[in-house]
Amino acid sequence: MDPTASIELARGDGPLRLEVVGSWSLDAVQTLDARLDALSGSLQGPLECDWSRAREVDLGAAWVLIEGLQARGATQIKHLGHPPELLGLLESLQAQRKDEPLPLTDETPALHRPVISIGRWSVLQIEKTREAVEFFGRVFAVLGSTFRRPRAWRVGSIARFVYETGITAIPIVALIAFLISVIVAYLGAQQLTKFGADIFVVDLVTVAVLRELGVLLTAIIVAGRSGSAFAAEIGVMQINEETDALRAMGMNPVELLTVPRILGLMIALPLLTVIADAMGLAGGGLLSLLQLNIPWPQFVNRMREAIAPTTFWVGIIKAPVFAFLIAIVGTYRGMQVRDSARELGRLTTVAVVQSIFLVILADALFAILFVKLDI
Amino acid sequence: MTSPAAPEQHPIIRVRGLVNRFGKQVVHEGLDLDVFPNEIFGIVGGSGTGKSVLLRSILGLQVPAAGSVELYGKDIHRMSRAQRVEMTKHYGVTFQHGALISSLSVAENIQLPLREYMNLSDAALDELAELNLRLVGLPVDAGDKFPSQLSGGMIKRAALARSLVLEPKLLFLDEPTSGLDPISAAAFDTLLLYLRSHLHLTVVMITHDLDTLFRTCNRVGVIVDKRMITDTLPGLLKNDQPWIHDYFHGPRARSAQGTQHG
Repeated sequence: MDPTASIELARGDGPLRLEVVGSWSLDAVQTLDARLDALSGSLQGPLECDWSRAREVDLGAAWVLIEGLQARGATQIKHLGHPPELLGLLESLQAQRKDEPLPLTDETPALHRPVISIGRWSVLQIEKTREAVEFFGRVFAVLGSTFRRPRAWRVGSIARFVYETGITAIPIVALIAFLISVIVAYLGAQQLTKFGADIFVVDLVTVAVLRELGVLLTAIIVAGRSGSAFAAEIGVMQINEETDALRAMGMNPVELLTVPRILGLMIALPLLTVIADAMGLAGGGLLSLLQLNIPWPQFVNRMREAIAPTTFWVGIIKAPVFAFLIAIVGTYRGMQVRDSARELGRLTTVAVVQSIFLVILADALFAILFVKLDI
Repeated sequence: MTSPAAPEQHPIIRVRGLVNRFGKQVVHEGLDLDVFPNEIFGIVGGSGTGKSVLLRSILGLQVPAAGSVELYGKDIHRMSRAQRVEMTKHYGVTFQHGALISSLSVAENIQLPLREYMNLSDAALDELAELNLRLVGLPVDAGDKFPSQLSGGMIKRAALARSLVLEPKLLFLDEPTSGLDPISAAAFDTLLLYLRSHLHLTVVMITHDLDTLFRTCNRVGVIVDKRMITDTLPGLLKNDQPWIHDYFHGPRARSAQGTQHG
């Protein structure tokens, strides 16, 4: 068997004759372009294709060969020498092109295009904003009616989400809060010992953990864990028509899917924050003991002096707000998924990024608010 | 096949002048449809002719650009939310891929409408789940499984069980036999005829399955040129509209007709 496929040009008196030689499997396509380019100049005009020395011709290889010949100016290709039967199929496939309308050429003047795309983009943004407002409106309407009807409290569902977003997140939240507060205390200790102000490490750690770090870190971890889970779970339900099935049964997907997640997370996140606070203080205390030789009782005494009665509450009050933001963004993005796996991935990512962004933005707003309130 | 519906009856479903558009693409342009009690009505049409869109319009999941959809004499697009919820209790729907809620077991899926609309004891819920599983020919132990653990045919049956649980008189099925092996599909046809005669159901069914069409449907609506042509099967066989002719006289249609009473 001749392993290499080649084409040879034979000149005679009549029209141009091209000999197709060797085994024309799909592999031949790899070298075909180079071979055709080598002959390129001489392929114009009527052409005869001699297939008598070709073997094992694949559909794809023959298609690419004939298309390539035509693209280089060959016309009225005649097949000779026992052409493979599949050429008939190729001709019928090529014939289909004649019935198809030519692809529309874009005749928009170049200057108009940016205007058009800005216009499209604006309309799209308005549409998106309208959708978001509509979704939030629905959520609030359902939340309102839920509070009036105790029967609509889906306790089982809410409990499931408290478990999934809260209980199962305890180990990672505890570990990260512990480690971060160790890092903060260590950095603080390095700087403050220069001034002999070791004891202020306690102030630094306790205020930072209780006011900011405990709740913020927990919210960011939960946004990554549960925000993505909400978006993906609801997105798959959208793709599987499960949400349509709920609507067709007269049930409200917002009431069944969104509200239990929001309420569940609003319960779970404050509880997680308490754990994060406790672990953060433990981490700070441990580092103070090992690095600065501040014993536990002294740490606790100093902590009592450092923090105001409001410090803990200033941190914890933010947790339900963060939880609401994470849950509503996650479920909203999930509801936006429309029948494709790519959309699902994209919107899950958007859900996580946006909820983390919103959490940090809200934290900044809280900080300003607390300064103004002098807390 | 049984006798076609008597024309003097009031239709259960009445669609007039339905128009559906997606951007520039017009799917339906003045589509009319009547479905009468206790008939099995088949909807056929080429791919992309808007069979599922029609179904979604009838169910109120898709708001049409124009036209009216009446169920039991009431326009569903002019109902309050409460009225529409009330209306959903009168019909059952199975979607093309079953659309069972994936986080719930099959029994919980079947019980979902019951839990939502009624106050039943756990024992009653279990008994009703068992009843509906048996009705559609599923083993009772399938109730404890999750949708991901079931085969395609079992998912379709479970979805049918869920749509039957509130004892509706009207059933919408979107390609109930697609993707089933011929034996399961034939069993589904038999089940459908059985349910129709014993539970006095009216069934609206989108299907590409010619065997199902010939075995079960009293009347068939064909979506061609964005409208619907409705007739009995013998009438459609004589119709000379090109698509309808090709559809009912292709090689597959002929073999299906040959075996319809087999």
